[in-house]
Amino acid sequence: MKQFQIFVQKEFKHIARDTRTMMILVVMPVILMVLFGFALTTEVKNSRLAICDMAKDEITGKIHDRFAGNRYFTLTAECSSVEQVYEAFRKGEIDIALVIGSEFSQELGHTGAGSIQLLIDGSEPNQASTRAGYAQQILMGFAQEMAEKNGRSIPYNIVSTTRMLYNPQLKSEYNFVPGVMGMILLLICAMMTSIAIVKEKETGTMEVLLASPLPPFVIIMAKLVPYFAISCVNLTTILLLGHYLLGLPFAGSMPVFLGLSLLYILVSLALGLLISTLVSNQLAAMIISLLLIIPTIYFSGMAFPIESMPTVFQRVSTVIPARWYVSAVRKLMIQGVAVKYVIQETAILSIMALVLITLSLSTFKKRL
Amino acid sequence: MIVEANSLTKTYNRGKTKALHGLSLGVEEGEIYGLIGPDGAGKTTLFRILTTLLLPDSGEAHVDGLDVQKDYRQIRKRIGYMPGKFSLYQDLTIEENLRFFATIFGTTIEENCGLIADIYAQIERFKDRRAGKLSGGMKQKLALCCALIHAPRVLFLDEPTTGVDPVSRKEFWEMLKKLQQRHGITIMVSTPYMDEAMQCDRIALIQEGSFLKVNTPQHIIDEYDKTLWNVKCEQMHTLLTVLKKWENTESSFSFGETFHLSVKENAAPADLMRYLGGHGLSGIEISEAKPTIEDCFMSLLKTDYDER
Repeated sequence: MKQFQIFVQKEFKHIARDTRTMMILVVMPVILMVLFGFALTTEVKNSRLAICDMAKDEITGKIHDRFAGNRYFTLTAECSSVEQVYEAFRKGEIDIALVIGSEFSQELGHTGAGSIQLLIDGSEPNQASTRAGYAQQILMGFAQEMAEKNGRSIPYNIVSTTRMLYNPQLKSEYNFVPGVMGMILLLICAMMTSIAIVKEKETGTMEVLLASPLPPFVIIMAKLVPYFAISCVNLTTILLLGHYLLGLPFAGSMPVFLGLSLLYILVSLALGLLISTLVSNQLAAMIISLLLIIPTIYFSGMAFPIESMPTVFQRVSTVIPARWYVSAVRKLMIQGVAVKYVIQETAILSIMALVLITLSLSTFKKRL
Repeated sequence: MIVEANSLTKTYNRGKTKALHGLSLGVEEGEIYGLIGPDGAGKTTLFRILTTLLLPDSGEAHVDGLDVQKDYRQIRKRIGYMPGKFSLYQDLTIEENLRFFATIFGTTIEENCGLIADIYAQIERFKDRRAGKLSGGMKQKLALCCALIHAPRVLFLDEPTTGVDPVSRKEFWEMLKKLQQRHGITIMVSTPYMDEAMQCDRIALIQEGSFLKVNTPQHIIDEYDKTLWNVKCEQMHTLLTVLKKWENTESSFSFGETFHLSVKENAAPADLMRYLGGHGLSGIEISEAKPTIEDCFMSLLKTDYDER
């Protein structure tokens, strides 16, 4: 136990005395989170608007004026057909378009309900949803006012059907955060652990450690503990930033979320351990860890939705731990589902952890 | 015999590179046993097998009566090992390094103070300095302290004096002698420096994975039976090529400021004087030379080479 203690102490000293590593470990998650936070401002001004008014009557004229006078929108184009609207989107001239059918005013007058189509460039999902919100508010306000003026007790119902162009699934910052978490934790656990172990091989100290009575198991555990601790710190940082900076809802159960995160950290540590048994220098360890990051970004669903991938890639994604973690975290954090809906993810991550730890412990050599 | 090995073989790269060729050895308790040989001779491989870090392809070895393969855990408690590369934590201080190694060997600095006191005294005033900022000689002393901290029965030192200044090298050998005499520690040490061989009780000359000869340094020198001369002249740069062409030359190589030349039995200095003069060399000095371990090694190498 004393041996284990002093080993862990030594590891912390290594980390603390290497300023660069320390910075990476502590500051990188913060930077990433802040970047995602501030890159996604919630207020969107000066949205370039096109109006395609096919009715051109008194009511639609009022709607037209409302949008033209709104400070969030800049009317940049008047289109006479939907084709022209699409053309303007393709040229990148507009961000949002309002399409009013020729029957709109009649319908509204007869039935009290009319529908307007909103077309929005969805390639910047957060801005897109904000724009949709603004436009809907304007329409609602207008319907309210008109009802009051006409003395109707039931307000007019203007239904706006929103269509996101280019990015129908509308990824939001909420959806991105679990992915960032999966990536950061993997990076710190896998890369830093593997480098820390391989460094001992490279500098020759592993030779002395192996020739000592220290059981290899103790060496491994002592190497893992500091990075496990740092990962927990990072997890906390990410959660705090996510909540206070990005306003993440954390709808689900916190203990389950934490348990799941610890499980994922364990899988990542085991991956790092496995890498360290396979290579003999720090550069190779770093390259292999980075090679792990790439599929994590692509196949975890953090950047590209898994459902829309070709079947082959969908299969590939099933072996990526981050896929299951990201999926479970989304469910827990954003949708706030009950624990039973993340059982599959938990089971898969547990099996992965078990297999990887067994594998890396058995391949860790007790000789050179 | 505290260290014993029987026909050890070891190959690397799936048998392509042979490191050890059926090597056998025996080290007596309490002696300083030197492994002398050039780089790539198999010294490090032999050390790694004896310190349980590598498994031999065939053959067996025992350290302190324990099998290196089966009882590796026990052996690891009883040996001290200083690998060739500087193997301490560069970012830890002298004291931290020492405390760390003491603890992982299940002891404390205080417990084995007596063993390392002499050596530690020389570096103690730098104890808060990081190991990476030490000079070669100090690093070596620290590494020795770390290898000794658990009072091992056998000390394995793989080229401990490589990259260390001559004064520190001399001090280091004095420390080893003291450890042997005062504490009865068996020391197995390798070195590429022939002059250090004389410091050992017994030496093994190793080349291409097998021993050429094992004996006390004095015996090895006494067994040298060739005539050996020191040759010097004003045109040193051409001397070697001229010497190599002489009909009576057995071998010749540079030795400090002169050339050591071993000659066939019937040759006389006057013959050489005449031969060299005939090649336009001047200021020639020829004197009888005392053989050194290096001469013996070269001669053994040549015989070994001729036989094969």
